[in-house]
Amino acid sequence: MARVKNSGTSRLIDPLPIYIMWLREMKRMFRVKARLVSNLLMPILFLAFLGIPLSLVSANGSEMFGLPPGVDFLDFLAPGIVGMTILFSSLMGGASVVWDKEFGFLKEVMVAPVSRFSILLGRQAGAMTISIGQALIILLLAALMGVNFQNSPIVLLSIVFMVLTGATFMGLGLILATKLGEMEGFMSILTLFQMPLFFMSVALFPLELMPGWFRYIICLNPFTYGVDGLRGTLIGVSNFPLLLDFVVIFAWAAVLAGLGTHFFSTMEAD
Amino acid sequence: MMDILEVNDLTKKFGDFVAVDHISFTLQEGEIFGFLGPNGAGKSTAIKMLTTILNPTSGEARVCGYDIVRERDAVRRNIGIVFQDPSSDRFLTGRENLRYHAVMYHMPRREIEKRIDEVLELLDLKGRENIPIKDCSAGIQRRFEVARGFMTRPRLLFLDEPTVGLDMQARVRLWSYINKLREEEAITILLTTHYIEEADYLCDRVGIIDHGKIVALDTPQNLKDVAGRETVRVEVANGRGTRFADALREMEWMRDIEHDGKEIRLGVEDGESRIPQILTVASRMGVPVTSVEVVRPSLEDAFLHFTGKTIREEEGNLQDLRKARRRRRR
Repeated sequence: MARVKNSGTSRLIDPLPIYIMWLREMKRMFRVKARLVSNLLMPILFLAFLGIPLSLVSANGSEMFGLPPGVDFLDFLAPGIVGMTILFSSLMGGASVVWDKEFGFLKEVMVAPVSRFSILLGRQAGAMTISIGQALIILLLAALMGVNFQNSPIVLLSIVFMVLTGATFMGLGLILATKLGEMEGFMSILTLFQMPLFFMSVALFPLELMPGWFRYIICLNPFTYGVDGLRGTLIGVSNFPLLLDFVVIFAWAAVLAGLGTHFFSTMEAD
Repeated sequence: MMDILEVNDLTKKFGDFVAVDHISFTLQEGEIFGFLGPNGAGKSTAIKMLTTILNPTSGEARVCGYDIVRERDAVRRNIGIVFQDPSSDRFLTGRENLRYHAVMYHMPRREIEKRIDEVLELLDLKGRENIPIKDCSAGIQRRFEVARGFMTRPRLLFLDEPTVGLDMQARVRLWSYINKLREEEAITILLTTHYIEEADYLCDRVGIIDHGKIVALDTPQNLKDVAGRETVRVEVANGRGTRFADALREMEWMRDIEHDGKEIRLGVEDGESRIPQILTVASRMGVPVTSVEVVRPSLEDAFLHFTGKTIREEEGNLQDLRKARRRRRR
C-alpha cells in the first residue's frame, strides 16, 4: 500500500486536534463527578454561610462595611465569589498539564504531529469552558439566593472579565506547572498561590475596609481587577473605573498567558 | 528493500554521563529489530531520540528519509510509539483513546471508525472498547496502547519494553499479537526489551546494547552461534564413562569432548542427528545410558559472551525497586 505523507510542519492552529483536546476536557470533567461537586461546593458555602449572615448585619448599616448606601453585603460578595470560582478552577485548569505528565498522557500528545500551540489552545479552551460554566452556575445560584444583579445589558460584559480573569490564572497555573510541576507536593504549592490571591483582593471586603498597607498589596494583585470588573458589570458597584479594570486585567492576561504558552512550547516532553 | 531507519553515530549525553554512545545501524522495511540490554543501558534514551522526544547531543538519524531533528513533524507522521509507561487517558474508554489519537494524527474522519474496528479485531479487544481504561486489566491496557501505536498505519512502530509489568501469560499473548501485526500489516518494528526470550522470540535481528554502545548486532541465531556451539550431554551409569568417551572421541564428527566419568559433554554440530550414532556405540560397548540431552546456546549465553555479564547481574536491584515503586504510584 502506498502511503504518501506530506512533510510540511504542523499548522499553528489546527482545528480538529484543538476540538478533540477540548472535547477530552469536557468528557473528563463529567466523568469525574467528585471534582465537579467539590468545585461548586466551596463557592456555595461562602455565599450561604458568609454572605447571608453578614448581609443581615449589613442591613443595619451598609456603611460599617464600607459599602455604598443601600448596597447589601450579599450583593457585594456575589461577584467576588464568582471571581473565586474562576480563580480556583483556572489555576487548576492551567496546571492540569502536570497531571497529564504524571499519568503519561502528555507524552502521547506531545509526539503527535500537532503544534504545541494547538495542543495548548484546545486544553485551555476546555479549562476555560469548565471555569466559565461553573461561574455561571454560581451566578444562577446567587440569583436564587436573592442577589440583586444590575438590570442593564452591562451585565453581559461580565463575561469579558470572566474570560480575562480565567486567562490570567490559567497562564499562572501553566507557568507554575511547567517550572515546578516536577516537585513533590505541587498541589500544596498551588494552594500557596491560590489562597493569598483570593484573600488579598477585594473579593470578600471593600478596599475601604482595609487598613492602609493592606491596600497596597491588594492593588498589586491582578485578581483584584478581575473581581472589581465583575462587580462593576454585575451589580454596578466598583472601586475602580471599569476601563481601568479592563486594561489592567487584560495586560496581566496577555503577560501571564503569553509566558505560560512560551514555557509550554519549549518544555521537554519527557 | 529500503532502509526505513538510518542511524549514524547517534549520541546523547546528560551532563558527563553518556547514555547513548555513538550508535549506528539501519533498519529494513518489514523487519522486527530489537534492542536487548539491561535497564539503564540506553535503550529508552535511544528510542526517545528516534521518536523526537529528546534531541541528540551529536550524530544523526533519518526515519523514512526524514531527519529526526530538522523534519520532526514529518518523522512524527510516519511513526507509531508505544511508550514504556502507560500513556492513555485513564478516564476515557479504549475507543475514545483510539479515536482521539487518530484525530491528533489527522486521520480522515470517515476512516477512523473503520480502522478502530480493524485494530480492535486484530488485538482481540472487541467488547472492551467502551470501558474506561482505568477499569481494564494491565494486559488489556497494554494492548490498547499497542493498538493506538499502529492505529494510523505508521510505517515504523516503536515498542519500548512492550511487555514490562505483564505476567507471563499476558506477555506471551502480546507476543503473538505483535507477530500477527507484522504479518497482517507489513509493519516495521523497533522494540527494546530486557527479556532475553522476548528478543529471541520476536526479533529478526537483535542489537545487544550495553553502557550506551551496541556491542553486537545480528540475527538471534548468529549471535548464539558466535556465543558457543551445540552440546550433547550424555549421562551414563557410574564408572563406565571414560572408556565410552574414548570410543566416541574416534568419531570423525566429534569436535571436542569433556567427561567426568558420569557425564559426557560432546561439542558437535547438529547434535540431534548424532544421537542415534551415540546410542549405537553405547549399546555395542554395553554402556548403560541414563539420559541424553541436546543443549543449545541461548541468547542468554550470547549476552554473556558479548557483555561479560548475565542480564540479571546487570539489573541493579535498585533499578527494579525504583520501577516497582513508580508503577505502584500510578
